[in-house]
Amino acid sequence: MNCRLAICQTNPKLGVVADNLQSHHQWLDRCLEQKADFALFPELSLTGYILRDLTSDVALALDSPQVSELVARSKDISLAFGFVEHSLDHRFYNSFVFAEDGVIKHVHRKVHLPDYGIFEEGRYFAAGNNFTTFESKHGRFGFLICEDAWHLSSAWLHFLQGADALLVPVASPSRGIETDGEHLASQKSWHELCAAQAKFLQTWVVRCNRVGYEDGVLFDGESAINAPTGEVVAAAHHSEEDLVVYELTSSALKRARVETPLRRNAHANLVRRQLAIIANDPDLSGLIDDE
Amino acid sequence: MSSTIPQPPTCNIELAERVLIGFLKSETQRIGMTKAVLGMSGGIDSALVLELAVRALGPENVLAIALPYRESDPLSLELAQQGASNAGCEFSVIDISPLADAYFEQHPQLANGETEAARLRRGNVFSRLRMTALYDQSAAVNGLVFGTSNKTELLLGYGTQHGDMASAINPIGDLYKSQVVALSRHLGVPSAIIDRPPSADLWQGQTDEEELGFSYDAIDALLHAMVEQRLNRDALVALNFTPEFIDLINLRVQRNQYKRRPPLIAKVTGRTINLDYRYARDWGT
Repeated sequence: MNCRLAICQTNPKLGVVADNLQSHHQWLDRCLEQKADFALFPELSLTGYILRDLTSDVALALDSPQVSELVARSKDISLAFGFVEHSLDHRFYNSFVFAEDGVIKHVHRKVHLPDYGIFEEGRYFAAGNNFTTFESKHGRFGFLICEDAWHLSSAWLHFLQGADALLVPVASPSRGIETDGEHLASQKSWHELCAAQAKFLQTWVVRCNRVGYEDGVLFDGESAINAPTGEVVAAAHHSEEDLVVYELTSSALKRARVETPLRRNAHANLVRRQLAIIANDPDLSGLIDDE
Repeated sequence: MSSTIPQPPTCNIELAERVLIGFLKSETQRIGMTKAVLGMSGGIDSALVLELAVRALGPENVLAIALPYRESDPLSLELAQQGASNAGCEFSVIDISPLADAYFEQHPQLANGETEAARLRRGNVFSRLRMTALYDQSAAVNGLVFGTSNKTELLLGYGTQHGDMASAINPIGDLYKSQVVALSRHLGVPSAIIDRPPSADLWQGQTDEEELGFSYDAIDALLHAMVEQRLNRDALVALNFTPEFIDLINLRVQRNQYKRRPPLIAKVTGRTINLDYRYARDWGT
């Protein structure tokens, strides 16, 4: 892979798709000025996050004019954005589209919908059912939308499918003020999570968080790119909109994987066999949550 | 007891400052407003919110108003003025005595605070008259009323519904009193205000801690363990909180839940406001 990737750390307007669509165009213009290959937006970048009953109102079909308008921009630059997907059978998904060369190349529907604490996604969204890595002309990518990334199995599935980079669009409500250092507690967890996933899955991890407040809830930015060593190599500002462009390379992947060949020794078949045993074990039936 | 129970919650003051200033700025400006009005009691909470407000909106956009009653402690007015002067914003005084006295004249049982019930009712009248004046002043300058109730007060219900608890937005409602003190020191609230024993100043000589029966440090430590750490009664006793203290605070928190919620609405349709008609307040901004 060789990809000059742009993180678009935006501040969407809550429930105003037309304004957010306009803003996406402006961000894409800026990405093109920076000669980026690929523009990545945050989770629900076309709609904002605390949607509640707006969810069905702001939802868009994959062939809607708004989605098509952005997909058309991918003739000039590969891009990925978040929105509420209205399916043919009237389900609503927290989805992400990857578009390239003027067509939709991949859609990821968020699998892990948080519905605890401040979160209400389980109430409004239908869940996706897979983590599928996809090929683009800039490399092999896998999406983890926000909470997807907190379940380590999700990233591991992309790892097994040979992802060069995990793309992690986020709308993370920042919280935790009783903490040392420069990050809110929830943000600190994100930094640790992405560093660990990059290092131990030997992939690039690109986390694109949003900024701004909704109903008193801060989304604190600090988007970042972790190299396959775990190290942060590019980072966006907290609290403000920011554009960060960085070149993801194949050579960095190679260095990490030569040094410690974790993927070669992943023993995926062993895991598959043991998963089947665990899933069928009556003694563990209370522990295995099969949807 | 206080020597053995946990310490009150701490606060990363630099982060709190940034998050709260950003909050005031965003939640004011996104609806096309630029100005704020807040009532200055001479206490630490309003002094802190004022410091945050001037940093968020600029001192020229913040109006601090003291609203004394003729029996209020003169020190309250003095410290309110000192707080406003320290923050560098406009300060004005609205005397609520004629308003309150006009009402009390019609209700002679409130003419003085001889009984506890009368004192409480008078206190609530003062608080709601202040709210009336603040909301009117906010309309005059096309601004928002900033709230000054901290999390400890809100949990205990130690405030007047539709009175001092009323505001458009509140930057410190998720900070315990001990965190309010730490942030106030950081932001340079005058020490005379920080060191003054907290008081609702509803009658002469009143202090919060005497009225509540416990120190704020002990209450904060308990509330933090109950709310943030979700500890049950047995776990709280194991931390050396006495069962009487736990039960009393728990009952207060529970009984005052109504003050923290909008009024109950009788449900008759399929989409009742706030139950199953659910939208964020920042909808469309």
